[in-house]
Amino acid sequence: MRASAATMTPQGYLQAQSRWHPLEIAFWLATLLPFVLFPDYLSLASQIAITALFALSLDIILGYAGIVSLGHAAFFGIGAYSAGLLSKYGWGEPLTGLVVATAIAGLVGFAVSFVIARFRHFTLIMITLGLGLLAFEAANRAHWLTGGSDGLQGVSMWPVLGLFKFDLYGYTAYTYSLAVLFVVFLGARRLINSPLGLALRGIRENWVRMPAIGADSQAHIRKAYTIAAAMAGLAGALLAQTTESVSLESISFQRSADVLVMLVLGGAGRLYGGLIGAIIFMVARDQFSGIAPQYWYFWIGVLLVAVVMVLPNGILGGLSHFYARWRGK
Amino acid sequence: MLPPVFGVLFDGIAYGMLLFVLSVGLSVTLGLMNFVNLAHCAFAMLGGYVSITLVNDFHWPFLATLPLAFLAAAIVSVVLERTLYRRLYRSSDLDQVLLTIGLAFISVSIAAYIFGTTQQPVETPALLRGAVDFLGLGLGKYRLFLVGSALVVTVLLVGGLEYTRFGAQVRAAVDNQRMARGLGIDVDRTFAATFALGSGLAGLGGALAIEIVGLDPNFAFTYLVYVLIIVSVGGLGSIAGSFAAAILIGVSDVAGKYYAPELGAFLIYLVMVVVLMWRPAGLFGRR
Amino acid sequence: MSPPAQSNTPIALGTRGLSKAFGSLPVARDIAINLPVGARYALIGPNGAGKTTLINLMTGMLTPNAGQIFLAGEDITALGPQERVRRGLARTFQINTLFAGLNALEAVTLAVTERRGRAGRFWRGVGSDSETIDEAYEILRKLKLGDSCYQITRELPYGRQRLLEIALALATRPKVLLLDEPAAGVPPEESGEVFEAVAGLSDDLTLLFIEHDMHVVFRFASHIIVLVGGAIFTEGTPAEISADPGVREVYLGKRKHG
Repeated sequence: MRASAATMTPQGYLQAQSRWHPLEIAFWLATLLPFVLFPDYLSLASQIAITALFALSLDIILGYAGIVSLGHAAFFGIGAYSAGLLSKYGWGEPLTGLVVATAIAGLVGFAVSFVIARFRHFTLIMITLGLGLLAFEAANRAHWLTGGSDGLQGVSMWPVLGLFKFDLYGYTAYTYSLAVLFVVFLGARRLINSPLGLALRGIRENWVRMPAIGADSQAHIRKAYTIAAAMAGLAGALLAQTTESVSLESISFQRSADVLVMLVLGGAGRLYGGLIGAIIFMVARDQFSGIAPQYWYFWIGVLLVAVVMVLPNGILGGLSHFYARWRGK
Repeated sequence: MLPPVFGVLFDGIAYGMLLFVLSVGLSVTLGLMNFVNLAHCAFAMLGGYVSITLVNDFHWPFLATLPLAFLAAAIVSVVLERTLYRRLYRSSDLDQVLLTIGLAFISVSIAAYIFGTTQQPVETPALLRGAVDFLGLGLGKYRLFLVGSALVVTVLLVGGLEYTRFGAQVRAAVDNQRMARGLGIDVDRTFAATFALGSGLAGLGGALAIEIVGLDPNFAFTYLVYVLIIVSVGGLGSIAGSFAAAILIGVSDVAGKYYAPELGAFLIYLVMVVVLMWRPAGLFGRR
Repeated sequence: MSPPAQSNTPIALGTRGLSKAFGSLPVARDIAINLPVGARYALIGPNGAGKTTLINLMTGMLTPNAGQIFLAGEDITALGPQERVRRGLARTFQINTLFAGLNALEAVTLAVTERRGRAGRFWRGVGSDSETIDEAYEILRKLKLGDSCYQITRELPYGRQRLLEIALALATRPKVLLLDEPAAGVPPEESGEVFEAVAGLSDDLTLLFIEHDMHVVFRFASHIIVLVGGAIFTEGTPAEISADPGVREVYLGKRKHG
């Protein structure tokens, strides 16, 4: 999203930052391909869309505000269990279920944000880890509510908009997840290009300078964290609804760590990084699902080391770096 | 006759001492360089596997393998520090977290490949089998040995820190890195040496742990959480803090398992979060 | 040496009995300063005298052990740093503290947006607020940064970065500006631009600047405060200070900075 500086006015430049790039349009058109090319994999595609949304939510706080969270799955899980429980106890309407689950996750996020905004560095990492583990333990212990390690039973969804039933082939699931992802993405895009987005980047770039320009960094972080929590909850709710089940995995450290890996792989702070990372990670995991978990994690480990040492801004960062150098020549 | 609660207390203290040996290295290196090394327990795991291999395949006596476990972990840490870690001292927390988690994943996979995923059996040396009777309680000999070793380590560490020149350099660098550099202290070398020492202690802890908790490839992560909790609750860079926190966590964990198994790890996580909110630098941390 | 002329000019920034110690090490001792509106005061002293510490105390980055700080008569001692900025007290940093990954336009736009209280908005784009952008660009243009405003900050030459430091502070529309060695580390060819910028600042703006180069001090300052060991050693007009043998002994005898 570069602008030619010579003929731009300052306002024109800033407006150009938020203009749609042809590659973006190509990307979203490409998300329709699975319907045509991989009709047997629509359930997987739906999972990928959901995970991409979760990764996007983490990008808001990690890629833009610079908050390293090792417990973000707590909100994913809260959203999933909320949506699941709502359906289990009689209300299976999908869209309103999403709204309720998102609101609950957002509220919890809002409460937690007051803690998160006050700390930095190692202390913050440990607090996010601790809160995530606490959420897991709570879900684990509360058998009566969550089903514990057996998972939540009895989730059954009514047709979307009264018309589209959730079928075994995943058509409805993928359409539904993709549509939600796209709509939320549009919102996230607006957020990133808004004054709050600029302020978050300021916080990430130089924490010390922010109060010196009169900024209330903590207020900005609280806002962003609440939004990110709501988004994660929405993704969790989607998972609960499209798979008609909720398991402890959705609130586990595993999920928090995996989404972090995906985001870093794709490139944090670039909006599409989480989406790309999710696609690559989930497709690879599906392809290699036969091998034992420890070998899978060997390659994840190698990948992480490689990304940190060689490709610090992930795949998208590396691509844009090469593109800039190529254009420079 | 002492009531059984003292037995639980003793077991908890022994467990805490083990956790202390595992954690103290991470606390000092975090306090010194603010480097988040999540591969710390992978070094412990390395020490454990070195010890096991020497005992099972080469028939060394267990006690003789302990210095080797320390050395192996220290040497590997020096290699990693030279090649990878030192490039990231000024990097973001995220980069350090990612690199070290990646290394931990790799080490777990390698361990699983070589040793398989089940727990390794190791034979306790005859000297340390059984229990000593103390006021009606059976105090496990191995646990007594553990407590003794940990106390020796503590004395050596504290003494070294207070009375040697190296120790003075470490204290200066933890206190104020810029000033320490200004005084001519080679902070990077001090850190490398401290890091090797801390990782070596982790390796020693790993070897000591086999008898108490068993060793399998997941050790690197299972105990990482405990170590992180001890380090953050005790305070970065504080040996006394790690000691106190380790005892606290050790006793809570063992007592919890005996008296309130439904609570599980919930209480420990809660304690950590609450302590950090109240004292972000840990109970004995600075800043 | 004489205190500043007692006139009816209101005091823009004042401190009373300001003290701070780190453990047993005092870094500020009972400091009393009064900056009248429109002042051009210089703060000088040997390294380690506590000049930057004083600025940190005034701006709220450090909490004093004792004493008060007044901004236009209001006691701001209990206020946090961003609150003080909102009330018109801004500072620049001795070592560039900039948004390395943003370009100058984005950085100053952010500062102006914060001042206007619009930084929390997340629905409309940054590019839609033309008033803010125009104001930001105008600040950059006045500091001769207009043509390099699209360049990423970390790629700007050091002198330009120092100017951006000042631009960010000016974006907050301060009434009092504390400049911490504005030309520190700037190569001689570029330092002229920085001083031109300082000279061009409005007469309504009250300035206190830390500086080591005595030529600069004599050129810009109407009043000099000498800080030694955390306490005010003496203060007076440039003529008085340069004639003071005590000051010479403590400070002027040393080679000048940068």
